[in-house]
Amino acid sequence: MALWLTTLRRKHNELLLSVPALLWLVIFFIAPALLIIVISVMTRGSGGNPELPFTLDHYQRTFGVFSTVLQRSVWIAFLTTFICLLVGYPLALFIRTRQNPSMRRFALFLIILPFWTNFLVRTYAWQMLLGREGIINNFMLSLGLITEPLQLLNTEFAVLLGLVYGFLPFMVLPIYASVERFDFRYVEAAQDLGANYWHTFWRVMLPMTLPGVLAGCVLVFIPAIGAFVTPDLLGGRDGFMIGNLIQSQFRGTGNLPLGAAVSVVMLSLVIVPLFAYIRSGGEK
Amino acid sequence: MSEVKVRLRNVVKEFPARRGDKPVRAVDNISLDIYDGEFFAMLGPSGCGKTTTLRMIAGFEQPSSGEILIDGEPMQGVPAYHRPVNTVFQDYALFPHMTIFQNVMFGLEMARVDKKEARDRAMSALEMVRLPHIAQRKPRELSGGQQQRVALARALVKQPSVLLLDEPLGALDLKLRREMQLELKTMQQELGITFVFVTHDQEEAMTMANRIAVMDGGHVLQVGRSDEIYETPANRFVADFIGETNFLSGQLVAHSNKSGTVRLDNETLIQALLSHQDVVDSGEVVVAIRPERIMLRAYDEVIESTDNLNIINGQVRQVYYIGTDTRYIVRIGNDIDLTVRVQNTEYQKSLAFREMQTVKVLWDTTNARILTD
Repeated sequence: MALWLTTLRRKHNELLLSVPALLWLVIFFIAPALLIIVISVMTRGSGGNPELPFTLDHYQRTFGVFSTVLQRSVWIAFLTTFICLLVGYPLALFIRTRQNPSMRRFALFLIILPFWTNFLVRTYAWQMLLGREGIINNFMLSLGLITEPLQLLNTEFAVLLGLVYGFLPFMVLPIYASVERFDFRYVEAAQDLGANYWHTFWRVMLPMTLPGVLAGCVLVFIPAIGAFVTPDLLGGRDGFMIGNLIQSQFRGTGNLPLGAAVSVVMLSLVIVPLFAYIRSGGEK
Repeated sequence: MSEVKVRLRNVVKEFPARRGDKPVRAVDNISLDIYDGEFFAMLGPSGCGKTTTLRMIAGFEQPSSGEILIDGEPMQGVPAYHRPVNTVFQDYALFPHMTIFQNVMFGLEMARVDKKEARDRAMSALEMVRLPHIAQRKPRELSGGQQQRVALARALVKQPSVLLLDEPLGALDLKLRREMQLELKTMQQELGITFVFVTHDQEEAMTMANRIAVMDGGHVLQVGRSDEIYETPANRFVADFIGETNFLSGQLVAHSNKSGTVRLDNETLIQALLSHQDVVDSGEVVVAIRPERIMLRAYDEVIESTDNLNIINGQVRQVYYIGTDTRYIVRIGNDIDLTVRVQNTEYQKSLAFREMQTVKVLWDTTNARILTD
C-alpha cells in the first residue's frame, strides 16, 4: 500500500514542481500563439484592426498573391542554410585541427567578434559595400575589371550574402562543438580499414558530428526564413521576404488579420524542420 | 627462418619542437625484422617508442628517416588505407553509430568486396570471436571484453598480411586479460597471421610472443625469445624491466673469456658470467642475480664447495610469506641486501628461516651475470 501511495505522491510533486514552467509557457508562448491564430481568421476592420465575422480570406491571399514571397523565403532560407553548412563545416574542422589551442581560441573569438556590433549597423555596412557607388564596384572599376557598376544591391544575391554573413556563426559554433568532441582516432580506425578521406568523412565523421550539423541548420534556417532587416536593407523589391510582409501588415494602417495569417503560415514552416530535428535528437 | 614480413631499417621518428622545447626523438634508429607467422611483441615502459613504431608500420605516422618494408614493399608514401595491415586499437575505436555487424562490414565495403561474400565473411569473423549473436547491437551495449573481440573481428575480417595490436588488453580486468591472452595466442597460431603486439606488461609479452623486442628511450635494447631475454638480459635495463633482479655493484678485478671476478663494495669477491665481452673494458659493473636462483642454507650446514658455487654469509632481515613462495631480504654486507625467493615446498618449509638468523647464501656462477651499469 505504501508503494502506490509514494508513487501517487511523487506524481503529485512532479506536477506541482512543473507549475511555474507550465505557467511561463502558457503566458508567453501558447496564449500569444492562440491569439495570433484567432486574429488570423478575423475580418479586417477600420485601421487594419481585426473584427468579426470569422473568415479564411487571409489564408487564401497568403497562398494566392503572396505565394511567390513564401516560395522565395523558403528558397532563400534553404540556400542560406546550405551555403552556411558548406562554408561552416570546413571552417569548424579547420579551427578544430589547429595544433595550438590558443590559435583555436583566437579563431573562435574571431567568429563571435561580429556580434559586438549591432546587426543593423553591419547590414548598413553591406549597403555601402554593395551599392552602385559602393566600395566593391569602385574597386573593380578602378582595376578595369568592369566598365560600368554592377547591380549588386537590391538583389536576391545581396540578401543571400547578407544572411549567410549574418548567420554563419550560428552554423559554425554548434558544428565546432560537435567536431571538438569528435575523437580523431575514429579517422585512423576508418583509414586502417581501407577508407580514403572521402569515405572517412561520409561514413564516419559526418554521421558522428550530425547533431551539430542539424543544430546549426535549425539555428540558421529558422531566423533566415523570418528575416526582415536584411531583405529590407539589401534586397529591395527583389528580395522581399515573409518577414517584410508580416512587418508591413502590422505597421501603420496595415492588415492585422492578414499579418497574423502569414505569421501562422511561417510558424508552421518553422515548426516542421524543428520537429524533425527534435525527433532525430530523441533517437540519439 | 621463414621470410621477413615487416622490416624496419634505421627508422627514426622525430616530433617537431613545441614552444621552445627540443624536438622529441621518439624512435631512434630502430632496425627490426619481423618474420612471417610470428607473434612479435614490442615491450617497454610508456614513452619508449613502441606505439610510435607501431603507428609508423600502420601508416599513421611517417618516419623522419629510415625505411619500412611490408612483404618486401617499401611503405614510403603509401597511405594507411592502402597498407596490407590492420590494427586493433587500444580502446578499440569501434564506430559508435554503427551496429557490430556494420563495423565488421566496414572494411570489406571499403575494399569493394562483393556484398554476399562480405556478409558471409563478416558473419564468420564474428563466429570466430564467438559473438555472432550480438551482430545487431551497438558498441556501447557491449562489455569491454566483447568490444575487444569485435575489434579483433573487424581487423581480421580483412585478412591482413600483418595484424597490429596496440595494448589491446590494457582496459580489461586481470582475469579476462589472462583469458584473452591465451585466446589471442591460439587464434594467431590457427590463422598463421603475423601479429605485432605492443605492450608494457612483460608477463603478457612473455605469455604470448614468439619473440620480444625490449625498448627504451626510442631504442631496441634486445630482441629475443622470452627465455633468452629473461636468462641472458643484454643490459641492466632489460634485466630490471623483465622480472625481478638483484643488482650488486662492484669492480671487475679479473676475468677469463666467459666469466669474471667482481669485488663488491663490501670487499666480498664473487664469480659471475660475462654478459658481453665489452664489459671487461669498464671497471664499474653490476652483477644481476634473479631472486629465485639464490639458495639459503643454515649457517652450520656443511656445503661441498665446487668451482661454480658462490657461497657468502648473510643475515635474514625480513621474511614475507607470499603463498607460492617465501621472500627473504638477506643482508650480505653494509647496505647490501639481496632478495631471495624460495618456493614453499615441504622440504623448504622444514628449514624456514627466521628474521635475524645468520645464513649461508649460495648461487651458481651461471646464474649471475656481469652487466655494464
